[in-house]
Amino acid sequence: MRIVVDLSRCEGYAQCAFLAPDAFRMHGEEALMYDPNPDDARRDQVLRAAAACPVQAILVDRLEGRDVLAERSKS
Amino acid sequence: MTGADILRAFKRDGRIVVVGASLAGLRAAEALRDEGFTGSLTMIGDELGEPYDRPPLSKQVLTGWVPADGTKLPRRRDIDAEWLLGVPASGLDLATDHVRLADGREVPFDRVLIATGVRARPWFVESEAALDGVFVVRTREHAEGLQRALAAGPSRVLVIGAGFTGSEIASICRERNIPVTVAELAPGPLVGALGAMIGEIAADMQRAHGVDLRCGVKVTRLEGDEQGRFRRAHFDDGTTIDADVAVVALGGIRNTEWLRDSGLAVGVWGIACDTGCRALDLNGLITDNIFVAGDVARCPNPIYEYRLISLEHWANAVEQAEVAAHNMVSGQADRWPHLSIPLFWSIQFGVNIKSVGVPTFADEVVVVQGSVTDRRFVAAYGYRGRVTAAVSFNNAKWLDHYRQLIETAAPFPPPCPTPDQPADMKPVPVDFPGPTLLAQGATVVVTGHDPSERRVTSVQRHR
Repeated sequence: MRIVVDLSRCEGYAQCAFLAPDAFRMHGEEALMYDPNPDDARRDQVLRAAAACPVQAILVDRLEGRDVLAERSKS
Repeated sequence: MTGADILRAFKRDGRIVVVGASLAGLRAAEALRDEGFTGSLTMIGDELGEPYDRPPLSKQVLTGWVPADGTKLPRRRDIDAEWLLGVPASGLDLATDHVRLADGREVPFDRVLIATGVRARPWFVESEAALDGVFVVRTREHAEGLQRALAAGPSRVLVIGAGFTGSEIASICRERNIPVTVAELAPGPLVGALGAMIGEIAADMQRAHGVDLRCGVKVTRLEGDEQGRFRRAHFDDGTTIDADVAVVALGGIRNTEWLRDSGLAVGVWGIACDTGCRALDLNGLITDNIFVAGDVARCPNPIYEYRLISLEHWANAVEQAEVAAHNMVSGQADRWPHLSIPLFWSIQFGVNIKSVGVPTFADEVVVVQGSVTDRRFVAAYGYRGRVTAAVSFNNAKWLDHYRQLIETAAPFPPPCPTPDQPADMKPVPVDFPGPTLLAQGATVVVTGHDPSERRVTSVQRHR
């Protein structure tokens, strides 16, 4: 699954690192490092982390990873 | 037909072309569909593959945690677009409303969004840049190549340029226990963006983590061996250093060359636009069907005396894309201005560095909160007695407070909002090297006398 964290919004509350430690890790006291493409098996964990983020900085893919380029690509 | 009828017809079956298929282009496309645009949408991009996120490339990817192709951007919605990828745009014809592609194709539009971004500034000697082991970091392929080189356990990495990207790469080298030398022309890391005081703190931080930091020096030559592998760098003070990997982190070049003959207000700082993201033409007149967003947009900010400011910030690309998309499908009375205060972050040496506002728009700086020795503080920047920016080291929760000070033109220096007030709160000169915002980029001349004849002509200079 694909995610992106808006790090300009992130304030380092670390809720995500607690709820989905495979996808979100703290680097030092408040900097967040995350896996933009966590394993689908972790989907529930990641969704819970996204929901729990106090500043709602985590965006999860709504197309569930299907190949969106193929839709109408001519090139 | 009334204006409202024309707009309705355009939203129903008009043609929008987005040039640049990265963060700003993708977010704009999604916002256009959110706004009810059902016409044809074409995405043009010079890189193959889906839009991906770049910030992780110099962090998670280089540590080896995340593969380089694992940063594809999540989608907020389906955009039902035609993707023309792998071919750059080579021209924009405002007389016939066409985008030209490098392979000769022409793509017609009613409205176009320019979001072509920035590319890495290459090492200035082509043969030296081509040496095996010399890297830049901007694209997925760059990051993949450098990650592999770091994983091979080089004897030493040389990072040329101690801006944000260079400093982040140095940090990762130390995390991976790779010896690293950082060469910077300015007196310290991050000085060009954040000034001399933060530069000193950043220098201490790098040295404390074992970086061989050399400031005030210029790399003059990259030397290779007989197999064409990078082996040694020469400095302008006569010294040399042996290394297997050199990372050129000298900032970016805005991808605007393809617009040179377009008649738009284009220069090295990007494409000038209004706060509604509508491009200006060479004469400074607003176009009504050409929009700009992201790193190539040079947009006035009322908070900063309406100066034209171009930003290479993630959040700015997202916000401008949304404003541009909204305005592309809205009538004059419903348009939005892009009025946000710039926000930026960098993660290095275990510290979360964030900034709000425009630190280069300042004459003084002072640490107003926390402790520099603990690497947990906020520095406020002021210009003629008002707060214009703030930078935090591991203190991000307080930045929003400073954003409000900036938005309300609060007096500088501001009081410390917490009990951890530093003992010495004396503002010092901000001290940026070289000319700052205003002085650069005069690339045009004015001709003609009669008001109906006066026109601006661009001057092409070699860089």
